[in-house]
Amino acid sequence: MSPSPETTTLDIEGMSCAACASAVEKSLARTPGVESALVNFATEKATVQYRPDQATPAALKAAVENAGYGVVERAPDTSAADRQAEIDAQKAAAYRQLKRRFGVAAGLAAVVMVLSMLMLWPAAMMRINMSALNWVLLLLTLPVLLFSGREFYVSAWNGFLHRAANMDTLIAVGTGAAFIYSLAATVAPGFFLSRGLRPEVYYDTTATIIALILLGKVLELRAKTQTSAAMRSLIGLQAKTARVVRPDGQEVDVDINQVRLGDIVLVRPGEKIATDGLITEGRSALDEAMLTGESLPVEKQAGDAVFGATLNKTGSFRFRVTKVGADTLLAQIVRLVEDAQGSRAPIQRLADKVSAVFVPTVVVIAILTFVLWFDLAPAGTRLPLALVNFVAVLIIACPCALGLATPTAIMVSTGKGAEHGVLIRNAEALEKAYQVNTVLLDKTGTITLGEPAVTDFWAAPGQRPETLLALAAAVERQSEHPLAAAVVRYAEAQHAPSQPAVDFKAVEGRGATATVAGQAVLIGNAGLLAAAHISLPESLEAEAARLLAQAKTVLYVAVAGQAAGLISVADTVRETSRAAIQRLQNMGLEVVMMTGDNPETAAQVAAQVGITRYFAEVLPADKAAHVQALQAEGRVVAMVGDGINDAPALARADVGLAMGGGTDVAMETAGITLMRADLQGVVTAIELSRQTIRTIRQNLFFAFVYNTLGIPIAAGALYPVFGILLSPMLAAGAMALSSVSVLTNSLRLRGFRAH
Amino acid sequence: MTDRLTPFSLISMDASAITVTLFGLALAGFVVWYFFFSSRPVASAMSSSGGVQEVDITVKGGYSPDVIEVERGKPVRLNFYRDEENSCSEELLMPDFNIRRGLPAFKTTGIDLLPQQPGRFEFTCGMGMLRGSLLVK
Repeated sequence: MSPSPETTTLDIEGMSCAACASAVEKSLARTPGVESALVNFATEKATVQYRPDQATPAALKAAVENAGYGVVERAPDTSAADRQAEIDAQKAAAYRQLKRRFGVAAGLAAVVMVLSMLMLWPAAMMRINMSALNWVLLLLTLPVLLFSGREFYVSAWNGFLHRAANMDTLIAVGTGAAFIYSLAATVAPGFFLSRGLRPEVYYDTTATIIALILLGKVLELRAKTQTSAAMRSLIGLQAKTARVVRPDGQEVDVDINQVRLGDIVLVRPGEKIATDGLITEGRSALDEAMLTGESLPVEKQAGDAVFGATLNKTGSFRFRVTKVGADTLLAQIVRLVEDAQGSRAPIQRLADKVSAVFVPTVVVIAILTFVLWFDLAPAGTRLPLALVNFVAVLIIACPCALGLATPTAIMVSTGKGAEHGVLIRNAEALEKAYQVNTVLLDKTGTITLGEPAVTDFWAAPGQRPETLLALAAAVERQSEHPLAAAVVRYAEAQHAPSQPAVDFKAVEGRGATATVAGQAVLIGNAGLLAAAHISLPESLEAEAARLLAQAKTVLYVAVAGQAAGLISVADTVRETSRAAIQRLQNMGLEVVMMTGDNPETAAQVAAQVGITRYFAEVLPADKAAHVQALQAEGRVVAMVGDGINDAPALARADVGLAMGGGTDVAMETAGITLMRADLQGVVTAIELSRQTIRTIRQNLFFAFVYNTLGIPIAAGALYPVFGILLSPMLAAGAMALSSVSVLTNSLRLRGFRAH
Repeated sequence: MTDRLTPFSLISMDASAITVTLFGLALAGFVVWYFFFSSRPVASAMSSSGGVQEVDITVKGGYSPDVIEVERGKPVRLNFYRDEENSCSEELLMPDFNIRRGLPAFKTTGIDLLPQQPGRFEFTCGMGMLRGSLLVK
């Protein structure tokens, strides 16, 4: 008997029309095991009835994705935090255990070392029974092997079974060989003596190598924890509780996982915002630095979006929850950073190829070293020399330095980027940003605010500016036109008194009229005044001509049948744009602007921010073609856009930077997302990429040079000429230091500061 | 007997030198063959009824199975069970899928993918020492 069907609801994303809904429905219905599927286009939900023995939620998700849409993961999902917590706990335990193992190894190695050195002192040599001393050394070394070094042998053996060789293989074979030789010399010295060999022991070598390598691991683990510190602090930003206002007005503190969409949450001064939502009442200034890198508090009021993990500064307000769990901006940032840290940089390819064959190759070199020394050295010393150099080769080789070179730098820098509101999608984007020599800026929304703002307000002689502005704002408050919104914002910023308006009438394509304080007020273009037979005084006409020449939009205001003033509106340049563009130019990058505006306006904006090359009258559809044209000139192009209608251009560019953050589309198409609407982020992103790639190059250079020099020296390459042989203990020290050096170098990126 | 242990030149290798040389070369040959050329078992994913291809992988000094065959265009779930505490295997990387995931010891960590392109996609430990690959057909 098959189990009864189950019903589930999926949140579908990406549906833009009713036809999409039916496509999703069909795809779901065709999935084996699905009994019925109903997709509601308005609520963006699919209700599916399916047989759990034939279909799974993952299969349903796949069906939706096959149809070309996405399934929003059902919130709440705190798995990232949970997993991180569990791994952190295990790592902390492993770290304590590692320190214990190191402590035992270091203590015993010190004793073994001192006792072994006694043998170099002739007076002691006479009195001490060598054979007895060897037994004592054996007993002291055993715990180092079996307790401190156990993991090396277990791991090497497990790896061997999988035909895989890792760093532990090298350590296990190296120390194992030295130990077994010593063991034989201790147990059966007669065998050695009978062949004319002194039964020498290498317990000090064995114990010291293990102690030094464990020291390296302790340092490495400590440094590695710091590479993901930024990530951990991001996850830690998540609020634990929220104060939900129940429909009956009761305020309850609830666990963050219990917060549901549509809940009203109360936020008091100094509190952390629990999750994403829209303010319903109240106003405040919020510190959003943790998400956007913006250091100044952001003013918010009813209708504005707030984001989980940001901090409320001054006022208190209520907001309606619009996103929870995995859908929140914070969760998206965490996921993006996590993904970026898992990506592979093209620069790493060579290191990857080398590390894949590294360990077995080193083992082969070590064997050949042994054979050569055995064959070439004088008979009396050939076995100890062959052994010592065999061990030194195995121990000095450090695949870790190669393996750590790139990922650690990427981890630190993606974390650092997130701290500055620069989200790097993957290592490849970071590497591309390093190669960029041309930055193409889409004017609207990047250089400029992307929304009209009042630039000039001019009252005709005889008019009181405050009164006039209040009258104009009263009319515009009723209007839905974007220009009207700019006027209202301006009036509010000037603290103009708010007045009621009656008989509001919007005149299509011209403006609006209303009666305010008993007077007829008109606001709109020249055509609106002409239609009302209102003539323009000369002074006003001259002022309008001046503003129009600056490529601004001019609104005429008339009160009681008389032209009374002008308001000009334009998309204004961000305050920081000029400085940021200059910095980019100082970094040796050519900055090019692209805009849909006419050449005059384009020239003006370009001059204002110090750009010499620009494309004007670019249709949205042609943006990508302009990127391509620049690339055809042999340039590596970074395209900066607001992510709204320039997705193809962002994708076409060598690296796309979407500004303004927050929109899912932008985060998906851009290689780098700038959370803060500010060109300074472009500077930060490129500087960060330059520092990161430089660090990676240093690391890789060091790792390659270390191994290519270290291995031959350990094999005795310097012996024929200089008579230098490398003690395996020195080799162990070098090896421990090499991976720590690479890590420390990567950690230097934590000191990155944005200008 | 001690005569044979006097200093010697390369041309006149004694019996033990010859033995060591032959044994060493054979061992080196074995290492090369064992790690690079010996054949590895290929595991195919079990397709569950819902169309999800599931594979259980044990992580212990390596991945077993370490070559996994899946079909493209169908969701894949890889269940990694980390059967050791050794720090080598604490991270799993699938660079082609932008995945870096910590694997808690003695726990199963599921990783979902949707391979769209055929090919061979490697997965490795954090340092690229342990390796396995996903063969997408």
